[in-house]
Amino acid sequence: MTEVRVAGVGLTRFGSHPERTGRDLFAEAADRAFADAGVDRTDVEELNYGNFMGALAEHQGHQAPLMAEAAGVRCPATRYESACASAGVAVREAVRTVAAGDADVVLAGGMERMTNLDTEGATEGLAIAADDLFEVRAGVTFPGAYALMARAYFEAHGGSREDLAHIAAKNHENALPNEYAQFRSEVSVEEALESPPVAEPLHLYDACPITDGASALVFVSAEYAADNDLDAPVAVTGTGQGTDRMALADRTEIAATPAAADAATAAYDDAGIGPGDVDLAEVHDCFTIAEVLAIESLGLADPGEGIAAAREGRTTADGDLPVNLSGGLKAKGHPVGATGGSQIAEVTRLLRGDHPNSEHVPDAEVGVAHNAGGTVASAVVHVLEVAE
Amino acid sequence: MSDRNTGYDEWIDALAAGEGYALVCPEGHGSLPPRRVCPECGSSPLSEEPLPAEGTVETYTVVHVPSPRFSDDAPYVTAVARFGPVRLTGIVRGVGPDADDGDGDAIEVGTAVEAGVGERETDGGRIVVLRPVET
Ligand SMILES: [Zn+2]
Repeated sequence: MTEVRVAGVGLTRFGSHPERTGRDLFAEAADRAFADAGVDRTDVEELNYGNFMGALAEHQGHQAPLMAEAAGVRCPATRYESACASAGVAVREAVRTVAAGDADVVLAGGMERMTNLDTEGATEGLAIAADDLFEVRAGVTFPGAYALMARAYFEAHGGSREDLAHIAAKNHENALPNEYAQFRSEVSVEEALESPPVAEPLHLYDACPITDGASALVFVSAEYAADNDLDAPVAVTGTGQGTDRMALADRTEIAATPAAADAATAAYDDAGIGPGDVDLAEVHDCFTIAEVLAIESLGLADPGEGIAAAREGRTTADGDLPVNLSGGLKAKGHPVGATGGSQIAEVTRLLRGDHPNSEHVPDAEVGVAHNAGGTVASAVVHVLEVAE
Repeated sequence: MSDRNTGYDEWIDALAAGEGYALVCPEGHGSLPPRRVCPECGSSPLSEEPLPAEGTVETYTVVHVPSPRFSDDAPYVTAVARFGPVRLTGIVRGVGPDADDGDGDAIEVGTAVEAGVGERETDGGRIVVLRPVET
């Protein structure tokens, strides 16, 4: 197998850009990725692009050729869709393609344009990631689904809204220095608790915002990096993916995400590491409860113990295992089809030492990225390591 | 665009008539239609078995921010309840939207419910409705 290196990462500022086209957002992210990589666009052999709701938000299907144009590459281009894990699966296929020796240079990432829709439109768009016949028709929204998981978790393991509020406060604090984050403002535990309800027990500050943005990554083989004298010290050493039953009601357990556990096991095995080797994690905290379920599935907390990790300071910036130093989806923002790529960009920057929060993890060598689709019917996990 | 979903609509018709059913595979796994094989184990044939008259709420939420199809329904309560071999997700009727106020007299995990069919206030669309059973 060929070693896969992250040659360059590029992000747009995440936030509200209702008038900007998807093609312009992705072009900006790709431009930054190429500049960071020092790789010639003409060397790109494939584009793997993630997008979820472009057909609704921009009336634009068949986005991959459009994004190849925007990025200035001419190569096979494919759109990947796995709801909020769309960029995660796009990255995974890029990593597998380079690892298999099928290409030396692959551009991957994603884009989502969401704020041009009103709140009801965005709520409808996100809801289609659930089972239309048996969930959406029964009133299940995206926050509603995670609220069902949160209540089931409290019932199984205990925990409270205050525990969740500590996760919101932690991730907002982490986003403060992140130049790409949507919210660079503190939120106190009290403010989070007092915010209005969205889908009880989840309130506004338990939820990620509606976000526009794009991510792009240039993956290369280690040989290509050496031949072209690239500065690409971070390798993707493990990739894994898992699938679960689509509807929450059909899962064995509502308060756990076995698809993510399956993805994590596969990624750890691929990398030849275990959860005890992980120095930092970027996880899919579309809602505060999702961070709890994520760290339990990744083996970074025992079942029932993830809920207290932020409150007890284990996952804060100064804790043993910082989680979502970027600010997470919660504060950095969640352009759904771009998120999986942005997590890889953030872990790469943290490991390279050029992230504004790298000072909290000066000796980190192993990072994981956890990207989930829907209510984690889809999950993708990647392991990144400092290779040189 | 046809609004009809063969398999699902027949199941809703049956639930409305008080004859709701689950599909059950030879291994005993339950599922909801339309199915050709068991989603858990891939086996067939699937038999139609009557749902128990009462289910038990396993989790619920009070939704305050709806999608457009539920604009006039919000706030509303959605719950997941176990009925024998399957769980059903439905709108809870017969409790107020203040169900989560903590006074314990509305709905909670463990509440016994019966399943039927009702209409969305917003557009009249048919929905699975769960109602607390007087005990
Ligand atoms: Zn079966």
